[in-house]
Amino acid sequence: MKKWLTLIPLVGISLLSCEKLLPPTPADNEVLDGPMDGLSPTQLQIFLEGDEAFADIFSPQTGLGPIFVATSCAGCHVGDGKGHPFTTLTRFGNYTNGQFDHLLHLGGGQLQNRAIPGYTAETLPPEATGISRFTPPAVTGLGLLAAVPDETLLALADPDDVNEDGISGRVNYIHPPSFFIPSGWHYSDAQGRYIGRFGKKAAAVDLLHQTVNAYKQDMGITSDFDLQEPINYAVASHPTDPVADPELPAATVQSVVFYLRTLKAPVPRSQHDPQVAQGRQLFMDIQCGKCHVPTMKTGVSDIKALSEIEFHPYTDLLLHDMGAALDDGYTEGSAGTAEWRTPPLWGLGLSANAQGGSIFLLHDGRARSIEEAVLLHGGEAENSRNAFQQLSVQERNAIIQFLESL
Amino acid sequence: MKPISILLFWTILIQCLGAQTPDSLGANKDAVYQRPFIFEGQKGNLTAAVGGYLEANTNYFSTDGVSEGFSMEMRRFNIFFYSTLKERIKFIAELEFEHGTEEIALETAMLDFELTPALAFRAGIVLVPLGYFNQNHDSPKWEFIDRPLVSTTLIPATYADVGFGLHGTIPLNSLSFTYETYLLNGLQDGILANTSNRTFLPAGKNEERFGEDNNGSPSLAARIAMKKRGLGEIGFSSFGGYYNTFKKDGLRVDEKRKVFVFAFDYNFSFGKAKMLGEAALVKTEVPSALGQAFGQTQWGIHADVIYPIWNGGLFGWENVRLNAAFRFEAIDYNVGQFDETGGNIGDHLLTIVPGFSLRFSPNTLLKVNYRYRWDTDLLGNPAVKTAGFQFGMASYF
Ligand code: HEC
Ligand code: HEC
Repeated sequence: MKKWLTLIPLVGISLLSCEKLLPPTPADNEVLDGPMDGLSPTQLQIFLEGDEAFADIFSPQTGLGPIFVATSCAGCHVGDGKGHPFTTLTRFGNYTNGQFDHLLHLGGGQLQNRAIPGYTAETLPPEATGISRFTPPAVTGLGLLAAVPDETLLALADPDDVNEDGISGRVNYIHPPSFFIPSGWHYSDAQGRYIGRFGKKAAAVDLLHQTVNAYKQDMGITSDFDLQEPINYAVASHPTDPVADPELPAATVQSVVFYLRTLKAPVPRSQHDPQVAQGRQLFMDIQCGKCHVPTMKTGVSDIKALSEIEFHPYTDLLLHDMGAALDDGYTEGSAGTAEWRTPPLWGLGLSANAQGGSIFLLHDGRARSIEEAVLLHGGEAENSRNAFQQLSVQERNAIIQFLESL
Repeated sequence: MKPISILLFWTILIQCLGAQTPDSLGANKDAVYQRPFIFEGQKGNLTAAVGGYLEANTNYFSTDGVSEGFSMEMRRFNIFFYSTLKERIKFIAELEFEHGTEEIALETAMLDFELTPALAFRAGIVLVPLGYFNQNHDSPKWEFIDRPLVSTTLIPATYADVGFGLHGTIPLNSLSFTYETYLLNGLQDGILANTSNRTFLPAGKNEERFGEDNNGSPSLAARIAMKKRGLGEIGFSSFGGYYNTFKKDGLRVDEKRKVFVFAFDYNFSFGKAKMLGEAALVKTEVPSALGQAFGQTQWGIHADVIYPIWNGGLFGWENVRLNAAFRFEAIDYNVGQFDETGGNIGDHLLTIVPGFSLRFSPNTLLKVNYRYRWDTDLLGNPAVKTAGFQFGMASYF
């Protein structure tokens, strides 16, 4: 009985130290996921519904495919962070005599390289000449980027390089989908085109556009917004999915959009480190900040937490010609094949936690370190890259430390 | 036929049937009572029994600092029916209610017909002899609240299937050898067509398997074991067959794809300590178009050690036993390298579970478990950590 009695304090101690025995909550600046501050309980409720739908894995019974790239949003945007070469998708088309053809009749512009059991996956048609691989970007802080009025982008743009700094910056004019509802600040040109801002080529006008496309092109999921399945023309020129359409109600798609809008912006680390401060200064000095614009401000928004907020994404949401090395001969909207939208650099330091311990940067993940990504900058960023190369090793490291702190 | 002649026909038929019943007692309308278990019961020859077990517990878990709080769980409530009509004809059935009535399953309904102890036929819904746990999973027998993950997520316990086969025991000095082998309808397409984004055998347990095979080619399961009295038992088992619907209406609609499971189990006493565990290796043919998220090779183990630390009277109960228990589990759901990078595919987990059990009788116990689990995702990102406390009780009745 004595041994038994000694156990009582033991169990007692272990219960008291319960909290110690449970895994700790990671600091807010160590993880990308989580809602932004200032949401109401109802807004948090919708956020959670969207979070769940974002993580939902589709199966053939729930409409997956029949051709697809991955089975859930979260499977590609792991922990709301970047993706991996395994989840990298392929877009293609044919570029002849300055004309780009998305080869829609052959299953373009996106390859669905996987298929549910019993079905055939797509392969690249021989007609495809422009082939680009897109590594999934992080999806944090997008609500803020979505709430920046078009006039801000137009003010940052300098398509004819009037200020002669070698950096132009253009907006991508695209034809929005029929379900797009412009807000007061959306700008359209004479041809009725709107300014795109999401995706590597800034070809999606808003988060709903991006999400509906992701459901369809990445997972083969139809929704109230788009009833067309992706088609494998090598099998038949019409859809062959066994599940009735729409496979997803508008409400679910909208909750995912709400989730994306209200995901918190990445929280920086090591802000008081002198080397980080030095790096930030150098980053601005060598013109990185001309494209990776540090600060933006949202307009008035329906969600209070997004309304008139200053934030630090390190992007201008504009297209830049990045030179021949990054030209895949593929494009979307009015973007050139060598043009890419400046990716936000916030959250960069947490990339490895979503990319399986290594990092894969630039649009196709070809850069295996921050330094390599910078050295691959060309075109409009050539001066800036040269300036980076001329810095001392210590100074370059300071820039990298600064980028890792974001 | 005119209605009158139909009536005449039925009357004659019913009379004929009536004449064929073994007992002349009743008309056909009483056939439900004209059953041997009733006659034998009336004669006092019948052994029939109803039993079962119940298991309930509390959970308090936290994943990377986020907890859903404290909750109570009515894990399962199982009822057994047993009957022997003649000494060597045994029937047993088990009905399981998981989480109240959330999931109701017929886990067993089988008939054993013994010719000799070395040769018996078994038919019905059988517990597939794959590893040790699947056939021996009653909660009151286990010191841990959660079932071993290798046994429930690789070996899809509780895996019951319609089967027909043989089993027997062959004694040899202090050893005894046992074998079991059955033809089964087998697992189905859900192995790949599931919402787990991985090869997942439990999702292959389609209810339809109790009605008919999805591809008309049965699977085979077998286990051989050696037991030494006073020491323990080791078993080797395997299960394999085609799992996908490759044929429909006589047309070949897909390639044939096989799943194969090999399991090893042990259960020993060393002095006062008891050690048990099982390991499984799963090989699944996966269409390459589905992609590498679905593993072709999976393995897992669990190893339990149970050590009695106190024995005595407590609250008027005699011979109460306090055990310390420790479990280790490791599973890799996807062994291989990414084609794109050559790096290892993740999708693996580890758990440790220290705990105590207080056995008031061999059939009734209280359990306290602390559980720590590391889940690594497909890409091999830093593990998600989950830990928590569980308190539970389980008893036969
Ligand atoms: C196969 C992997 C994959 C899946 C699945 C996937 N995405 Fe993406 N996502 C990408 C890639 C690659 C891009 C860049 C696409 C582009 O440039 O058009 C992207 C871009 C985005 C963007 C734009 C980010 C930015 O900074 O411009 C959003 C928002 C987004 N995805 C949301 C989703 C949602 C919501 C889902 C689920 C419905 C989803 N994604 C499913 C790979 C994926
Ligand atoms: C002319 C505009 C421009 C300038 C100047 C510029 N960048 Fe970039 N940067 C881009 C674009 C566009 C990309 C995306 C290219 C791609 O995906 O192929 C990019 C990508 C990056 C990336 C990879 C981000 C990711 O998530 O993959 C890093 C890091 C980066 N830039 C850092 C810098 C630094 C440091 C400087 C200054 C030396 C700099 N950039 C100057 C436009 C610019």
